[in-house]
Amino acid sequence: MTSAKPPAPSPAPEEPSAPDAVAAGGAPSPSASSFAWARRRASVVRFWQHYRTHRAGLFGLAGLALVALAALAAPLLVGGDVQSVTRAPGRALEAPSGRFPLGTDQFGRPLLGLLVWGARISLTVGLLAAALSVAIGTLVGVLAGHYGGWAATVIMRITDWFLVMPTLVLAIVLATVMSRSVWTVIVAIGVTSWPTTARLVRAQTIAVESRPYIERARALGGGHGHIMSRHVLPNVMPLVLAQTTLGISSAILTEATLAFLGLGDPTIVSWGGMLQDAREAGAVSSGHWWYLAPPGLAIAFVALAFTLCGRAIETVLNPKLGVPR
Amino acid sequence: MSTASTPGVVRDAVDGPARTGPSDPAARAGTRTAYPLHVAGKLGGAAVSLLAVLVTSFFLFRIVPGDPVRAMTHGAPTSAEQLATLRRQFGLDLPLWQQFTDYCAKALTGDLGTSYQFHAPVGELIAAKLPATLLLTGVAVVIYSALGLWLGTRSAWHHGGLGDRLNTGVALTLWSVPSFWLGLLLIIVLSVGIGPVPGVFPTGGMESGGTAGFARVLDVAHHMVLPVATLVAVGYAQTLLVMRSSLLDEMGGDYLTTARAKGLRDDLVRRRHAVPNALLPTVTMVFINLGHVAGGSILVETVFSWPGLGGLFYQGLSVPDLPLVQGLFLVFAGAMIVMNLLADLLYPLLDPRVGR
Repeated sequence: MTSAKPPAPSPAPEEPSAPDAVAAGGAPSPSASSFAWARRRASVVRFWQHYRTHRAGLFGLAGLALVALAALAAPLLVGGDVQSVTRAPGRALEAPSGRFPLGTDQFGRPLLGLLVWGARISLTVGLLAAALSVAIGTLVGVLAGHYGGWAATVIMRITDWFLVMPTLVLAIVLATVMSRSVWTVIVAIGVTSWPTTARLVRAQTIAVESRPYIERARALGGGHGHIMSRHVLPNVMPLVLAQTTLGISSAILTEATLAFLGLGDPTIVSWGGMLQDAREAGAVSSGHWWYLAPPGLAIAFVALAFTLCGRAIETVLNPKLGVPR
Repeated sequence: MSTASTPGVVRDAVDGPARTGPSDPAARAGTRTAYPLHVAGKLGGAAVSLLAVLVTSFFLFRIVPGDPVRAMTHGAPTSAEQLATLRRQFGLDLPLWQQFTDYCAKALTGDLGTSYQFHAPVGELIAAKLPATLLLTGVAVVIYSALGLWLGTRSAWHHGGLGDRLNTGVALTLWSVPSFWLGLLLIIVLSVGIGPVPGVFPTGGMESGGTAGFARVLDVAHHMVLPVATLVAVGYAQTLLVMRSSLLDEMGGDYLTTARAKGLRDDLVRRRHAVPNALLPTVTMVFINLGHVAGGSILVETVFSWPGLGGLFYQGLSVPDLPLVQGLFLVFAGAMIVMNLLADLLYPLLDPRVGR
């Protein structure tokens, strides 16, 4: 009902156990494996054909490609010493000019360079934090959905409890009590934002496991680990992908918030940190809007791009949600 | 779309907390017990959650590496004797379990400890700042819930059209904007003023002082315009999206066709038939937003120097003032739990389909 895709290729030809050889219809392993890959390839192609009909999703993807390219090429574009306070090329708080298109900060560093450099930390933290959060959420969700019983009830009560916690407050508290570093920020975001994924994945796991082919796999001797990793996980993955994309955008916003509150790594240039610097330099009271505007626009742009991609993926995978076109 | 009339779909639209799986028939049958039993269950759950918050707030600040006394002295050179005195003063020399029981016993009587920074009871500090926060975020939540409901309804009813796309697009864009940045920009443009634009609004604070009676009300309202505008702009998208998707779910329902077949006008079909059903997930949403009232505006309060709990939290962080931050954490999390409890209790009363 939820997934537009047929169940993932169920035979597991790589496993040498006897029941699975029967499950693959007695076919020799290589051809079964290539059959599985062909089906996977076909479903990716079908996914892309649906995805590209979503204009907003394409816009988001293009924006992401642009930012990712800038982040990767940052050392070439602006040079590695853009963060250096001692070798700053300009005077403090210069207005935009031909030499410094966005002006300079209070240390005389060019803001355009800092902005490009800041994309690296924003994307890194966003991706890793979302990956961590989705990994925890998927693990908890699949385990709770698969095993059921009182243990699952307890796990889901804990999930519900985390769901009720004010995420930002919890992340701020975690970032406060741990040492200042990028990893702290990643862990603080990842550990506080997994419950939504856990609930979604659990629901999807229960839906998948009610299908007859799971019963068949079980009858053929598939154990818990086999069923979860070979049958449930492939079917849950598309949903997880959409969730990750949406999670990245909120992780980036949270990262910027933590950096703005001074809880990030002070030695690393980030967009949130730039906004904090701007505020401390008195950019607000002196009306230096050109110092404040670009980092915020960059954050909003990247967060919006990820949100648009995530919504498009969600719509493609779950047509019932998808009236928004 | 034909499943729109089953409660499962309605309840799935918002990932409401503390629910049994709605698609599970056994669970649904289980909830068809008497309402008092439902109340008792939810009350028990909330009590357990509150207790868990209490435990978390204690261990979060003690097991995590870092010496609270070192944090208290904030890197200043302190002799071992002074450190020992401080430890004794704050009860940090006792065994952990004894600290824990002390802490719980005190917290249950409303004593949240003494702030390192203000040398005043945390409970009093919080009580003094609470009204300002309730005023600011309360007004903002009411405005953005209403705005989100209204725009979400319009968007869904004319879905696919230019208005819908524009609506959703603007909401998603504003949603992606960091609230503190929007606040700072609004201050620059409307309070400080750039170029020929004069500053119209105050840059921060809650009142200018020296006014009384009605003039004071006007003054506070004047100070509230920008922070409320910031909160509304960043917050209304969520309500809009939930309302839109739940109304879209309802729009395939056969009962709407029946209503139209009776000859009802379009806006009557919308107001009397579709919207009340679609409203239910949004009600949960509004309650969750109300739960955020206590803690949801840390950034905005900081940026606008609003004298509320969020600003207090920020002050506590910069020291770090652990008893204060810990007490605020209790309040923020407690507010969320209580609001969720209220939503859970109200839900079966509002929607008879959700088993009583």
